[in-house]
Amino acid sequence: MAKAFCYGDNVDTDVIIPARYLVTGDPQKLGQHCLENLDPEFVQRVRPGDVIVGRRNFGCGSSREHAPLAIKGAGVSMVIAASFARIFFRNAINIGLPVYESPEAAEGIRSGDEISVEPESGVIRNLSRGEEYPVRPLPPFVQEIVAAGGLMARLRQELEGGVGRGRN
Amino acid sequence: MAMTLAERMLADRAGLPEVQPGQLVEVPLDLVMGNDITAPIAIEAFEAAGATQVFDRERIALVASHFVPARDISSADQVGIMRRFARQHGIRHYYPEGQGGIEHTLLPERGIVVPGDIVIGADSHTCTYGGIGAFATGVGSTDLAYAMATGRTWFKVPESMRIVYHGKRRRFVTGKDLILHTIRRIGDDGALYRAVEFTGDAIHDLPIEDRLTMSNMTIEAGGKVGIAAVDDVTERYEEGRALRPWRRYAADPGARYVEELEVDVAALEPQVAFPSLPSLTRPISEVGDVAVDQVFIGSCTNGRLSDLREAAAILRGRRVHPETRLIVIPATQDVFMAALREGLIEVFVAAGAAVAASTCGPCLGGHMGVLGKGERCLSTSNRNYVGRMGDREAEVYLAGPAVAAATAVRGRITHPQEMLPGGGD
Repeated sequence: MAKAFCYGDNVDTDVIIPARYLVTGDPQKLGQHCLENLDPEFVQRVRPGDVIVGRRNFGCGSSREHAPLAIKGAGVSMVIAASFARIFFRNAINIGLPVYESPEAAEGIRSGDEISVEPESGVIRNLSRGEEYPVRPLPPFVQEIVAAGGLMARLRQELEGGVGRGRN
Repeated sequence: MAMTLAERMLADRAGLPEVQPGQLVEVPLDLVMGNDITAPIAIEAFEAAGATQVFDRERIALVASHFVPARDISSADQVGIMRRFARQHGIRHYYPEGQGGIEHTLLPERGIVVPGDIVIGADSHTCTYGGIGAFATGVGSTDLAYAMATGRTWFKVPESMRIVYHGKRRRFVTGKDLILHTIRRIGDDGALYRAVEFTGDAIHDLPIEDRLTMSNMTIEAGGKVGIAAVDDVTERYEEGRALRPWRRYAADPGARYVEELEVDVAALEPQVAFPSLPSLTRPISEVGDVAVDQVFIGSCTNGRLSDLREAAAILRGRRVHPETRLIVIPATQDVFMAALREGLIEVFVAAGAAVAASTCGPCLGGHMGVLGKGERCLSTSNRNYVGRMGDREAEVYLAGPAVAAATAVRGRITHPQEMLPGGGD
């Protein structure tokens, strides 16, 4: 079961993955230091499939793609927040880390709650409290990228179609 | 339909008669930027996707800035990935240490980015170039990889907010103080997903360096871009500097903004952001007695020549406080050379500062001034998050270069006014 780890507003990329570890792009290595500056016990306690829940402006700060990679590498299955910083949101989509915007869920979920998400029906379920929260639908352009299997899959399609070849 | 500055720029470059907030647009990119932390992941993704050629070797900038000169073996290997790629593809704007510096200072300074450009960079402070009227925003490594291959990206047209700055700045009040005050007022997500337009007589009165500082910290309020429209000051700045023809855009009269804010600049004092958010800013008169272990003058926010001049004016003939240490890092090689010629470096060294080669270094707790447990630093950089400059129990305060220099001399956060003749020092 997916267990929630709840944090506050403005969970920034420096607490998600401190810059001193940005010498690799390996999600597993980055994951060993996930949230180290905010919750040093997180990596010991998190289990595969667990969920991070933030409040406002989750992922603010740096553009480091290492932040969603570290979260993914730690085994986290998704991030739910009242709102996301825009670069983090875009990076998460690009690398295939599901992110759900839901102020109601961010308000209602407490650490340790069991959570399940049905993105198709647009609902987050809190099994511990018997509550349901609506999910903000992804913007259409984001859905396109997700449908293509991520941005790099889209690039592969374009390259195979002869689009985007260099002009140098 | 009347369009804001950001809408006007995106519509023009997307080849559309008009655009509206929320609309998806695809635009060609004038410049695509990566650094030694973000480019290696992008290069691996680029190659894994089967891309063999970059879209234009003249329009990609790869700048070694964060962990150079190489901090350790792992960072040397990361920089090596970027160097190999730059050579393999003949990237024109590739800058190793000793030849460039911090990308956000370097690219406008050398005219590599010009007004009217649409730019993405795999670094959140790419928004700095809004200071010369570019639409520039930070992305991650995967977006960089896609852009290096195709020369294009997608944007959701952002809502625009306009901030109007009025009045004459008092002495020691700089662009840094204007933006810190602004973030205090609107909050750390007060510009989230938005395009910010910096306007008003006080902006036209502001040198380009200060506008770059303001645009730089737009991301600290969550903004996508922070743009000061081109004016006469911008035109003079670009003379003999711009490497490419540039474009001048302006907002339409009657354009609609989701929010408008007025700032009375004449009422502002120098500002100081308290740990651990930029929005926790106070005017310096409300700071109280705060002793610091370290002062850092540098970064893409305040490591330009004008910043070093302000700091040197305070430090000339003085010494760094015995219980404080000062680190000064010119943001680029050109800034370093100019500071050397003007005698500023001598002022810093004579004052007891550690002066280092251009790097982002301590700003992100990378190297060259990492903070230990419980240490307190006043920094001219842009972020004071928990653990940003080192240990999670270290504290970071943010301010402009004159406050930083005065603080280094006194060992506690100090208004530079106190350093003037008759000011108590």
